[in-house]
Amino acid sequence: MIPVSYYIILSAILFTLGAVCVLIRRNAIVVFMGIELMLNSANLAFVAFANQYQMLSGQIFVFFVMTVAAAEVAVGLALIVTIFKAKQSIDVDQMSSLKG
Amino acid sequence: MTAELVFFIFLALVAVGAAVGMLFSRNAIYAALFLVLNFITVAIFYLMLNAPFLAMAQVTVYAGAIMVLFLFVIMLLGTSKLKPNLENRWQLILALVLGGGLLAEISALFIFQGRGLEVIGEIGSQFGGPQGIGLELFQNYLLPFEVTSILLLVGMIGAIVLTKDD
Repeated sequence: MIPVSYYIILSAILFTLGAVCVLIRRNAIVVFMGIELMLNSANLAFVAFANQYQMLSGQIFVFFVMTVAAAEVAVGLALIVTIFKAKQSIDVDQMSSLKG
Repeated sequence: MTAELVFFIFLALVAVGAAVGMLFSRNAIYAALFLVLNFITVAIFYLMLNAPFLAMAQVTVYAGAIMVLFLFVIMLLGTSKLKPNLENRWQLILALVLGGGLLAEISALFIFQGRGLEVIGEIGSQFGGPQGIGLELFQNYLLPFEVTSILLLVGMIGAIVLTKDD
């Protein structure tokens, strides 16, 4: 059996990569992919702990996270399409109309 | 070093490599395909962690439905490539520093408090299968399950309203 700590370390690395992706990429769609990567690494930690403590609640939570991710992607991509229609660009650096 | 550990390390390298590839690929379509690879390796981790049903859900929902939606929008908008922005190099450096700080924080917490993280024992074969998941979901988590249906309905209506032409 592989110690659960290895999975948690992997989960932390993937979460960090997702956070860096949100920070450095300017393409709004790739920023969304970074958010998905972070949600996914949280799911991996949930499943690892569910296995360690032999409780299914962790796995059930992963289902709810997946549902939230699906709803978030649907609304988020609709927002991106709308922004692209209005500004002809999905560069997050150019979405600064609300800046004072 | 057992065969299982070698397999774990190989898969972990694939997962991290795919995430790094997503981070640095110029083309958004390549980024999406790297993310699909990452999701599939995570699904294999779920199989190793006694969660076969979740692994299948991961492949169909994440690597299938969600990523197809991403690819569809990338190709619909035709914005797979953005011109590199050279004015904001400091953003890249600052983001890498902040990301390294986040990783250092997590690992510090883990090193100083990571006691008692050993495997407790073997698990029954029904753990994480469709039957176990279904019983747990509908016996103990029925209300959250129903609430997620409302969430998905709201998401669907939101997507339709946002993209509707006036």
